[in-house]
Amino acid sequence: MKNDAIISVENLGKKYRISHQAERQRYTALRDVLANKVKGLFQNRKSEIENQKSVEDFWALQDVSFEVKRGEVVGIIGRNGAGKSTLLKILSRITEPSTGRVDLRGRVASLLEVGTGFHPELTGRENVFLNGAILGMSRAEIRRKFDEIVAFAEVEKFLDTPVKRYSSGMYVRLAFAVAAHLEPEILIVDEVLAVGDAQFQKKCLGKMQDVSKGGRTVLFVSHNMVAVQTLCHRALWLRDGKLIADRDVAPVVADYLRGFHGQDDIQQWDDPKTAPGNDALRIRSVRLIPETSGDDNLISMQTPFRIETEFWVLDASRQLHFTYHLLNDQGITVLTTGFPMQVHPVGHHKAVCHLPGNLLNSGGYSLKLLVVENGNKVTYIRESIASFTVVDIAERKGSWMGREPSVVRPILNWNVETLKTNSSSTHN
Amino acid sequence: MHLILEPGRAEKNYWRDLWRYRELFIILAWRDITVRYKQTVIGVVWAVIRPLLTTIVFTVVFSKIAKLSAPGAIPYALLVMAANLPWQFFATAMSESSNSLIGNANLISKIYFPRLIIPVGSVITSFVDFLITLGLMAALMIWFQFVPDWRLFLLPAFMILAFASAFGIGLWLCALNVEYRDFRYIVPFIVQFGFFLSPVGFSTTRVPEHWLWHGFDIPARLIYSLNPMVGVIEGFRWSLLRGESSFQVSALSISVFVTVVLCASGIWYFRKMERTFADVI
Repeated sequence: MKNDAIISVENLGKKYRISHQAERQRYTALRDVLANKVKGLFQNRKSEIENQKSVEDFWALQDVSFEVKRGEVVGIIGRNGAGKSTLLKILSRITEPSTGRVDLRGRVASLLEVGTGFHPELTGRENVFLNGAILGMSRAEIRRKFDEIVAFAEVEKFLDTPVKRYSSGMYVRLAFAVAAHLEPEILIVDEVLAVGDAQFQKKCLGKMQDVSKGGRTVLFVSHNMVAVQTLCHRALWLRDGKLIADRDVAPVVADYLRGFHGQDDIQQWDDPKTAPGNDALRIRSVRLIPETSGDDNLISMQTPFRIETEFWVLDASRQLHFTYHLLNDQGITVLTTGFPMQVHPVGHHKAVCHLPGNLLNSGGYSLKLLVVENGNKVTYIRESIASFTVVDIAERKGSWMGREPSVVRPILNWNVETLKTNSSSTHN
Repeated sequence: MHLILEPGRAEKNYWRDLWRYRELFIILAWRDITVRYKQTVIGVVWAVIRPLLTTIVFTVVFSKIAKLSAPGAIPYALLVMAANLPWQFFATAMSESSNSLIGNANLISKIYFPRLIIPVGSVITSFVDFLITLGLMAALMIWFQFVPDWRLFLLPAFMILAFASAFGIGLWLCALNVEYRDFRYIVPFIVQFGFFLSPVGFSTTRVPEHWLWHGFDIPARLIYSLNPMVGVIEGFRWSLLRGESSFQVSALSISVFVTVVLCASGIWYFRKMERTFADVI
């Protein structure tokens, strides 16, 4: 064989037709088709041509080429609608490509959803066989792994109960257990980690890690960048149906996150007359500046950053007190800070506050500004004067790849000392 | 194993794939049958009650009220039941398979398999109902102390014909159902329409061989046989009822021909539409 690529994709494209007529429907109704035909009888041909024009081609994937070697674990990232799902659907043969060619040199199993084809009326045992067959296992294979699957799912007691009586946790566990015991040469996984509770996600990721270490070729689509970075060595980044990056996972993910969060942290007003504020004070800008050696403006959990506020004081006789509320994306005020009441002369000022790294958890944050006058009157409030995202780029790798549920993420030291041992080793 | 995906490529490996996915086919058919009789406690009872009640009603309406008589010495109820047997199967298979693709939309949009498996599976599920009804037919024959003769052994041939015609129409309906989502409102109408066009409650001999219309000689019986169920029903009657019911080779061949055309065109249309199922379902 000329190359050892297990998957080679050349100039792959997928075209969908989008109709702009009326509201976009996913399917056509015979009623409408007939109505249009009848309408066509009474209209001249010109309008018919216009009708055809309103159908437009949409390329969900365009000119995508890449190769995957045997045993590689490749992450596929991109925003919603970038073509990730279309790519997986083509690779798992659910839909045909419009252009290009794919060579698959191995058995493919795709896991686009946990529990595909589970039937609520059937028992757990029956569903294992059904789901296994749907995922491409032979009956002999399922029989051989049956006990292992059941043990992994922890549902021994409920094997002969219809799954409609299962709790949602049991249901998902059983479904994942079947999928986890697939042994194809190429495994295609899409967002399966988005289901279940934190505990279960942990287990799924652990299993995924085993799979990827077992020499299997895996294509992994996820929005969980930490999982992608931990599991994959290489990443493909799709944007608007095109492949825009294909190399080591770390730089691709960093670029991707930067594209996501780069722009939303700068607001600036240059004209004191129109800038937000009141007759005593106008805000020029509130910026968040990461204090890293690199020149990118990515704030990770480890990055110290500063809040810089520039403002104009228009009336020096009033005592102003700036207060900042830092809110996370659940609306919880993580911290408040501000600078003390003092008299600023009329003019242009800048206030800087340093925030240490290893403080905030990953997620979206917004900054709310309050200006209090003379210690008792709020003269100015602005919600979300700046917003930013703290990303987790897996600098602190643990066994757990999900997001911790905590509000803050300081690094704390633990001292563990042994006070007394009871084991026989004390005799040595 | 080396697999190449290209536009139009799936066509070439179609029949080989169908064989490769036989296990999935078996397990999906098994699922449908299990669920069918599990979901309703009266699942089996239902398969018996429906043909039984229609047989009783038809016997009363056509024999007692319309005063039609069965050819030979056949009890009228047996004449009706012998027709009900394939008709019920045909009607169930037709409506089940027309909904089968929509009902399995989650599978179709998530995994690959030759989609033909789904409508075939639903025709097979309906066939289980048919076997139950066949038991009912046997019970009725014992009740009337009616003993069939050697013609009974030709029944499987007519079962195959019934199966093929249901399959052909089912393919058309299920593919149209995906393409035009309001098509399902038309299906019950087709079933009802087909019922009145099929000789369930009466013998085909009631349809005149020739019909004079404004001086034209119209071969009414042959035109009637364009309905594939005419050949199937008369075949069932012939083989179950000692050949006392009429049986025309010309009518049967027309029905067989129509069935073959239905199946071939059904497969053609289904495969033409199949490629886009995952995109539109």
